[in-house]
Amino acid sequence: MTLAPERITLRVELRLDRGWHSICELSDLTPGRGAAALLPNGEQVALFLDRAGRTYAIANRDPFTGAYVLSRGLLGSAAGRPFVASPLLKQRFDLETGRCLDDDEVTIRAYTTRTL
Amino acid sequence: MTGNAQRIVLIGHGMVGQRFLEALAERGLTRTHRVTVLAEEPRPAYDRVQLTSYFSGTSPDELSVTPEGFLDEHGIELHLNDPVVAIDRETRRVTTESGVTHPYDTLVLATGSYPFVPPVPGKDADGCFVYRTIEDLLAIEEYAKKHATTGTVVGGGLLGLEAAGALQGLGLDTHIVEFAPRLMPVQVDEGGGSALRRTITGMGLEVHTGVGGKEIKTDADGAVRAMALSDDSEIATDLVVFSAGVRPRDQLARDAGLDVGERGGVAVDEQCRTTNDPAVFAIGECAQAADGRVYGLVAPGYEMAETAAKAIAAEDGEACDGFSGADLSTKLKLLGVGVASFGDAHGAADDCLDVVYSDSRAGIYKKLVVAPDGTLLGGVLVGDTDSYGLLRPLTGSVPPVSPEQLVLPAGAGAPAALGPSALPDEAVICNCHNVTKGSIRGAVTDHECTTVPEVKKCTKAGSGCGSCVKVLTTLVNDELEAQGVTIDKGLCGCFTYTRAELYEIVRTLRITSYAALLDSHGREEAKRSDGCEVCKPTVASIIASLAPTIGAEGYVLDGEQAALQDTNDHFLANMQKNGSYSIVPRIPGGEITPEKLIVIGEVARDFGLYTKITGGQRIDLFGARVDQLPQIWGRLVDAGFESGHAYGKALRTVKSCVGWTWCRYGVQDSVKMAIQLELRYRGLRSPHKLKSAVSGCARECAEAQSKDFGVIATAGGWNLYVGGNGGATPRHADLLAQDLSDAELVRLIDRFLMFYIRTADRLERTSVWLERIEGGLDHVRDVVVHDSLGLCDELEALMADHVANYRDEWAETLADPDRLRRFVSFVNAPGTPDPTVQFVPERDQVKPDLNLLQIRPLDASEAALDNALEGASAR
Ligand code: SRM
Ligand SMILES: Cc1cc2nc3c(=O)[nH]c(=O)nc-3n(C[C@H](O)[C@H](O)[C@H](O)COP(=O)(O)OP(=O)(O)OC[C@H]3O[C@@H](n4cnc5c(N)ncnc54)[C@H](O)[C@@H]3O)c2cc1C
Ligand code: SF4
Ligand code: FES
Repeated sequence: MTLAPERITLRVELRLDRGWHSICELSDLTPGRGAAALLPNGEQVALFLDRAGRTYAIANRDPFTGAYVLSRGLLGSAAGRPFVASPLLKQRFDLETGRCLDDDEVTIRAYTTRTL
Repeated sequence: MTGNAQRIVLIGHGMVGQRFLEALAERGLTRTHRVTVLAEEPRPAYDRVQLTSYFSGTSPDELSVTPEGFLDEHGIELHLNDPVVAIDRETRRVTTESGVTHPYDTLVLATGSYPFVPPVPGKDADGCFVYRTIEDLLAIEEYAKKHATTGTVVGGGLLGLEAAGALQGLGLDTHIVEFAPRLMPVQVDEGGGSALRRTITGMGLEVHTGVGGKEIKTDADGAVRAMALSDDSEIATDLVVFSAGVRPRDQLARDAGLDVGERGGVAVDEQCRTTNDPAVFAIGECAQAADGRVYGLVAPGYEMAETAAKAIAAEDGEACDGFSGADLSTKLKLLGVGVASFGDAHGAADDCLDVVYSDSRAGIYKKLVVAPDGTLLGGVLVGDTDSYGLLRPLTGSVPPVSPEQLVLPAGAGAPAALGPSALPDEAVICNCHNVTKGSIRGAVTDHECTTVPEVKKCTKAGSGCGSCVKVLTTLVNDELEAQGVTIDKGLCGCFTYTRAELYEIVRTLRITSYAALLDSHGREEAKRSDGCEVCKPTVASIIASLAPTIGAEGYVLDGEQAALQDTNDHFLANMQKNGSYSIVPRIPGGEITPEKLIVIGEVARDFGLYTKITGGQRIDLFGARVDQLPQIWGRLVDAGFESGHAYGKALRTVKSCVGWTWCRYGVQDSVKMAIQLELRYRGLRSPHKLKSAVSGCARECAEAQSKDFGVIATAGGWNLYVGGNGGATPRHADLLAQDLSDAELVRLIDRFLMFYIRTADRLERTSVWLERIEGGLDHVRDVVVHDSLGLCDELEALMADHVANYRDEWAETLADPDRLRRFVSFVNAPGTPDPTVQFVPERDQVKPDLNLLQIRPLDASEAALDNALEGASAR
């Protein structure tokens, strides 16, 4: 497949129970940072774009404080895996699995994303 | 464990008792014996030595020295809150207050001491306390809060000074009454006592020496009102803490017919066995050791705990050496003043000679006691105890350099040559746990420890009072280096360089992008990765500090820089616990016109924000949603406000006092100078936040000596102080230069700040930096005042660049629609506010509704939300 050069905007989509759900344009995201998005059922997700152009999504709620802020944390990678550090108390979450790297007991929901 | 296993009963679960249990466990005795602990206090053993840290925020739980799960794991039974009231040695049983009896085969007393309360009339009045247990502290705190503004500590020894520090920390006007002619009479000599007194008086405590308390006077309700002294003077006081020494708790032993020493203490032999009953041991502060002394320090207690455990094991075969006495060296930080004494501190040996260095202005006193042949016998250090870690282990030997050089401060001719490497292997490095240099080296060579925490765990060194950690770290690093292991001093998992090195790389190579820096200078495994939350903001800050000089964009949220900034910088506001933000406009010097005050009031009212006057002489507005920030700042910028950088590692505020314009004492215009300095350094990104203040005279109403750079007016100009700090570890600033003109002052601050930014570590305040940097204050003075490195022109030029290129971040953000795009709650629903950010009323204003955060969002009707999202989710 060749990428059609005339197609300027790429969209970021999230897989939900009832299928793929379009969130925003790729250009709405800043590489190395996140943004929050609201899902139809009222849930909030935190969407991230890394340096290499990959997107990730996890629940936006920080389980340690209850605040909906994970999208505003700093992105990083540890042992080759991407994570976000909560802006409040700095716990890190794996962006692919939602697993908390600083507390084995805690895992939050991770979503599958795609851009097209 | 079998039903007829040998029973060990321990009375008292204090520091030494716990150490004894650990020693039993290490020898496997908890498997072969049934161990029961009977304790009087309501909580398991905790760190009494660090007791006072409760007042600086350490919780009782954090003070615990009983590792979680330890007792269960070793099958040790602990009964709290039920003291032993009788020992029957005939039948080998002890009885507790609640009437339970416990049989023993071996009994160990570790009952510690009780505080001695002198028999002054009124000593039992409401408001009289002792200072020994967590419960004592809780009671003092509660009483002080409700009933006291003034407090008096009876006793000017080690514990008395700690108690006095605690009272002062509780906000009480504090007096210390000491019967001896000087403070800390046991530890320090006259010279040291007077250096200590000067410093402590300088902190605002009232010291009364050479007098005793005669009577405690009470009011009609029986509460303390005053204390009459032996010289017939009187101190008005609402609270009294007795800290006049401790006495061994040996009553139980006396009642049971065990021998006690003349001045108290259960008499024991070198194995810590009581002299008249081989089935009973006594350890710690309740025991009189074989050398006839009762040790009031924890280190000898630990040694006794080990000895007793060994002796019990020896019954099963292990050979053991005994405890015959211990070193009484101590190093303490009392009220922020370092005090140390070691060896023969009072020069009791025949023919010994003193070498003394004393600087009363700086509150420093150092004395070494040497034998005629040059052997170091002991010493006293007050005000500057840095050399303690080296001097104590050298005691008993002839030091490699002359004693004069050992007491001189760095920079005044003292050679730096003497490091821990000069110490012999048998030198004891950690006094608390009796660990020698040899064992520390062994931990690295034989046990393959490669970090300080590993060595701590392996040898226990450094896990007591902590005073040896500095020397320990040097030794471990030296040993690792000798082994060819390179020590990783890198900033984080992504860089092997320190912050200061990265600063130099960015400056000299003019690297303006984080990605470029990571890919060219990062660790192999981190190259082309996303970096991490440690190095990203650090590099962002370096680039921002150097922006005009290296040609980077000055706006911190441009391009790649946006991705690097901490959350707060990213939104130019401080995130609060519910995800809302606070807004702090700059109010230079704390001076503000009525019109501007009105604007702040109107904005807060219109957006429903909570307002509070901050500790930095300005106003904080709390509770803005991220999407409200631009509207709020729009109003503020229009009214002439700019960012206060409360979110950045940057200049915060320059506080001022009203100064000579209004104040009858003022000698210079402190408000004008504060405003000038705040405007000059605003927006300057640095390794940590920077705070400043300007006082109009020596009364110091602006608290300049607690600031990173503080200025105090003199008749002849300005005095500049640097390296002050409030916060958790307060530090008084040091005088850098005196009687400066306006221009000289600004020039010196320019150089000082730029030198700090260049050489400090990430998140290192100037106070910590000044203590860490080699050569300390003298070196910094050489560099910024005397230009010893020839750097000053460059430092000034860097600051000139910063000043010339400063632009207000909020004005710039508002002027650019692209930059405003990030200020939305949801990327797919830009107009929708975050429903989880809600507030509830509190004292006529609002506060975050945290209940909302504890529950998941309500399942809103999908249709309604689909509507709200219309457009955004169209496929
Ligand atoms: C708002 C304020 C308290 C208040 O209601 O008065 C405050 C609030 C915070 N302080 Fe502070 N400090 C405030 C004055 C102070 C002061 C007093 C002063 O500046 O004169 C001090 C002691 C002086 C000093 O810093 O030496 C102070 C010492 C700290 C420290 C300890 C720093 C240290 O070196 O130990 C921290 C923690 C840190 O920075 O790591 C801290 C951290 C914080 C943080 C940033 C905590 C956080 O991460 O959320 C708070 C952010 C508030 C916000 O979101 O806006 N705050 N803080 C004060 C804002 C002053 C201002 O106008 O900018
Ligand atoms: C504020 C403060 C600061 C200090 N600072 C230092 C310092 O910097 N360096 C230093 O080396 N030392 C310091 N010390 C001294 C140090 O805390 C003691 O040396 C150490 O705690 C002694 O341990 P221990 O187990 O012998 O006694 P304790 O820790 O007093 O423990 C004895 C325990 O036995 C319990 N007990 C007593 N009688 C009975 C009974 N009949 N039945 C059951 N239980 C009983 C007591 O309630 C207590 O819990 C300080 C002490 C204080 C109070
Ligand atoms: S520091 Fe001096 S000039 Fe300033 S308000 Fe206080 S007394 Fe007045
Ligand atoms: S000397 Fe106290 S911990 Fe080492």
